[in-house]
Amino acid sequence: MALYSDKVMDHFRNPRNVGKIDDADGVGEVGNAKCGDIMRMYIKVDDEGIITDCKFNTFGCGSAIATSSMATELIKGKSVDEALDLSNKAVVEALDGLPTHKIHCSVLAEEAVRAAVKDYYDRKGIAYNPEDFKETDDEELHKLGEE
Amino acid sequence: MFVYADNAATTSVSKTALDAMIPYLTESYGNPSSLYAFGQRAAEALAEARETVAHYINADAREIYFTSGGSEADNQAIVSAARLGARKGKKHLISTKFEHHAVLHTLARLEKEGYEVTLLDVHEDGVVRLEDLEAAIRPDTALVTIMFANNEIGTVQPVAEIGKLCRAKGIPFHCDAVQAAGHMPIDVKAMNIDMLAMSGHKFHAPKGVGVLYARRGMVLSNIIEGGAQERGKRAGTENVAGIVALAAALKESCDNMEANTAKIIPMRDKLFAELSKIPHSKINGSLEHHVPGTVNMCFEGIEGESLLLMLDDAGICASSGSACTSGSLDPSHVLLSIGLPHEVAHGSLRLSIGEYNTMEEIDYIIETVPKVVSYLRAMSPVWDELEKGERPHLI
Repeated sequence: MALYSDKVMDHFRNPRNVGKIDDADGVGEVGNAKCGDIMRMYIKVDDEGIITDCKFNTFGCGSAIATSSMATELIKGKSVDEALDLSNKAVVEALDGLPTHKIHCSVLAEEAVRAAVKDYYDRKGIAYNPEDFKETDDEELHKLGEE
Repeated sequence: MFVYADNAATTSVSKTALDAMIPYLTESYGNPSSLYAFGQRAAEALAEARETVAHYINADAREIYFTSGGSEADNQAIVSAARLGARKGKKHLISTKFEHHAVLHTLARLEKEGYEVTLLDVHEDGVVRLEDLEAAIRPDTALVTIMFANNEIGTVQPVAEIGKLCRAKGIPFHCDAVQAAGHMPIDVKAMNIDMLAMSGHKFHAPKGVGVLYARRGMVLSNIIEGGAQERGKRAGTENVAGIVALAAALKESCDNMEANTAKIIPMRDKLFAELSKIPHSKINGSLEHHVPGTVNMCFEGIEGESLLLMLDDAGICASSGSACTSGSLDPSHVLLSIGLPHEVAHGSLRLSIGEYNTMEEIDYIIETVPKVVSYLRAMSPVWDELEKGERPHLI
């Protein structure tokens, strides 16, 4: 059996929405080069709060690239609130699964989206509960899926 | 194009080895422990293989024990020396930081059992210093275990000097020679090696067969208990066909060593020269003390697993010391041992070539790797920050 599902490999080989948005309304970066993965997510949000465009840059393994790509697809065209509801599980499911030791990549993807939305809120002066935007500690992140 | 450039991981079985082993799977399949002539035919093949292996490392046939592979040989050598030392009240073991896990994990287990372990630094060039070893030796040192050549970065250790020092101090010296056997000359007598591990599949024999050399007088502890095979030191019906193939492959590799080396080195050097042109790349490990076929480099701003997957799509089989390929949080202990920062070690690539590779394949690698590195860098936020000067270049 291959390490990754066909969907993961498809998103790794042909990542959707790679790049930057120079006039982004929100930019979020999560992860840590020391641990081997960083995701940066750019969102463009219209007056209705709809994410009209979304791009990413990722340093990381195959599943880090694939989960970033899938996350952009899942939030594009959605409202900011809906984007905040995106769970790592939804990303994993959309990719037809990930190996257990790669689950942390999906958590990073979820958190990259949240970080971009948080940045958007900050720029717009929209109030939020900081508790909702906590990032998982690097050590914790890599323990995911181990149990 | 399909290019197999991971010969340090495993090699193809040579035609010579395959031809040698087939009769022991088909017509002469007897058990070497059986009394009848049919079994004795297998026993003779075993004896002949033992002679051959002994010859190519300048040992005596009685000093050769066949095992399931390099890991088992390393385990048995280390545990044997540790047990022997303990009986004399010596419970200190010396090794290096960048040994194979077959060595490091065995040492870690012994540490839990009350042994003390000193792991020597291998410095930035990946070569252990004799003075460091000398300083680490204590009156209660029971074993020095240092690899011949490193499996990831290919650096060769001063084995003969280590052997000489250990012999003078009366300390058993075990050498994990898995990456060297069949590729570099080994003389256990001249090098004062007391125990040595080899693995057949690293030199064109099949997987699942290896060798433990133990100098006469080294008392071995059994890892596998059972019948009296291998002079009572390694139970289990012998893998006759595998052993025959190992001996044939070792003979072939050693007989052709000079020609193979002369073929491999220009390919390796071309890889080093051309891939070094990639900006912010780094060659890992001393080139002065190096096995012929291993190339290990880091490319800043990218991660090794995605590099390997892209190369795989291009038909190139290679390996990396990134955390994601090991399934752990940290990148390779070998790359960290030579002082690479985590961020850099994540972007490592190991290409290990053999005599079956061609210059055409090397050219294809040289054409492909820079493209893949550029593609991944264009996608990498780390590279973006490095280029903008927001993050300092480390290499």
